[in-house]
Amino acid sequence: MSSTEELRHTALDATHRSLGATMTDFAGWDMPLRYGSERDEHNAVRTRAGLFDLSHMGEITVTGPQAAAFLNHALVGNIASVGVGRARYTMICQADGGILDDLIVYRLADTEAGSSHYMVVANASNAQVVLDALTERVAGFDAEVRDDRDAYALIAVQGPESPGILKSLTDADLDGLKYYAGLPGTVAGVPALIARTGYTGEDGFELFVKPEHAVELWQALTKAGEGVGLVPCGLSCRDTLRLEAGMPLYGNELSTSLTPFDAGLGRVVKFDKEGDFVGREALAAAAARASENPPRVLVGLVAEGRRVPRAGYPVVAGGEVIGEVTSGAPSPTLGKPIAMAYVDAAHSAPGTAGVGVDIRGSHEPYEVVALPFYKRQK
Amino acid sequence: MSNPQQLRYSKEHEWLSTAEDGVSTVGITEFAANALGDVVYAQLPEVGSTVTAGDTCGELESTKSVSDLYSPVTGEITEINEDVVNDPALVNSAPFEGGWLFKVRVTEEPADLLSADEYAAHTAG
Repeated sequence: MSSTEELRHTALDATHRSLGATMTDFAGWDMPLRYGSERDEHNAVRTRAGLFDLSHMGEITVTGPQAAAFLNHALVGNIASVGVGRARYTMICQADGGILDDLIVYRLADTEAGSSHYMVVANASNAQVVLDALTERVAGFDAEVRDDRDAYALIAVQGPESPGILKSLTDADLDGLKYYAGLPGTVAGVPALIARTGYTGEDGFELFVKPEHAVELWQALTKAGEGVGLVPCGLSCRDTLRLEAGMPLYGNELSTSLTPFDAGLGRVVKFDKEGDFVGREALAAAAARASENPPRVLVGLVAEGRRVPRAGYPVVAGGEVIGEVTSGAPSPTLGKPIAMAYVDAAHSAPGTAGVGVDIRGSHEPYEVVALPFYKRQK
Repeated sequence: MSNPQQLRYSKEHEWLSTAEDGVSTVGITEFAANALGDVVYAQLPEVGSTVTAGDTCGELESTKSVSDLYSPVTGEITEINEDVVNDPALVNSAPFEGGWLFKVRVTEEPADLLSADEYAAHTAG
């Protein structure tokens, strides 16, 4: 992103500034990095609740009689099998199998006339790429792709107290709303798509609303959460929360030079769905390669010391480079530095001895562990 | 935020106390601590080692980044703050007090250290 380009601001920009947020340029958006201590924000989400502005995420609406068939062709998952009111984590790949983005697709409604209404949510950094790819791939299908990035603000409430907070503001049946489901409702008097999704490893909700309702909703949630320790949270803790939960981030664990199989996420590719899809041939080859002779495997690393690994640092064993860190941070929950890294298969088994990270010239010992680092107690 | 008047400051955001018996205390400013975010690891110079004004002598790691620590003066390290080594969050909570980093017997001091007001002007830009 060139620095001369104007940063985009969410509908909550003035709210963030009044809360004293430290702002950062994220994919061309001026977003809250943290309001106070990112560690306190992280711990609030793990133990109580956190409030996030995620309005930078890219919403794309897909409608039409062949919307399901089109998305089955354009994406690697079986989107036609997603029920109304449910959501699916999936990916969009290039013809060579490289990952263009990871996505959440919501099936919002079906009409009696046989038309379906989906919302595709892309990463902010990839929203234009996804929009362009979908627009190109829709040719020949009776479906419409619409850029709805400016139609929504997105506010997330995450953490164990989030169901209680939301219940105090809506009549919607939250108990009936399962993980990866979404339903239209009213929250604090504001029409919203209420989704039980998130990127923190905790129970939580994402609320898609019109931008003009964002401030009102944010304030209502803040007030409803006052008594249970809800705090505003920035992107910094969102990153450590998702890292502890072992969730990949596009640009770190995912890229066009990797297929879903390389990223250990081959399960999102559904070869048995109806019809051809973009990348099928290359992905079938990638699946075979990954099972017979995996090049590198995504693993977790936990530090024995206190120095923090960062993306791009070499992973070493016996003086040889055997991999590369993709994400690293001090883990507030574990109290130790952690990282995700791609390492040679021979060194990828949990407990493999002698693995370290080259931290600016010094080889620090690390333990290879299975992902995720953190799993909530249900 | 206010920078204590009795301290002097480097453009790399370290502060330096007035020497007592030739020994000054060094830390990073509140401005720097806020910019770093939560400090999670402090690598400080070894006691007995010599540091040179303007050269790196350690590092501070925060959630999002790692930053070099520069010595504002030349001299010999006489003490490091073990409290900060054990609890790096002190750098955020009390950068000018309990979050001090090391003490140094000053042999040479650069001419361009800033007053509190000059440092405030430097960080306002």
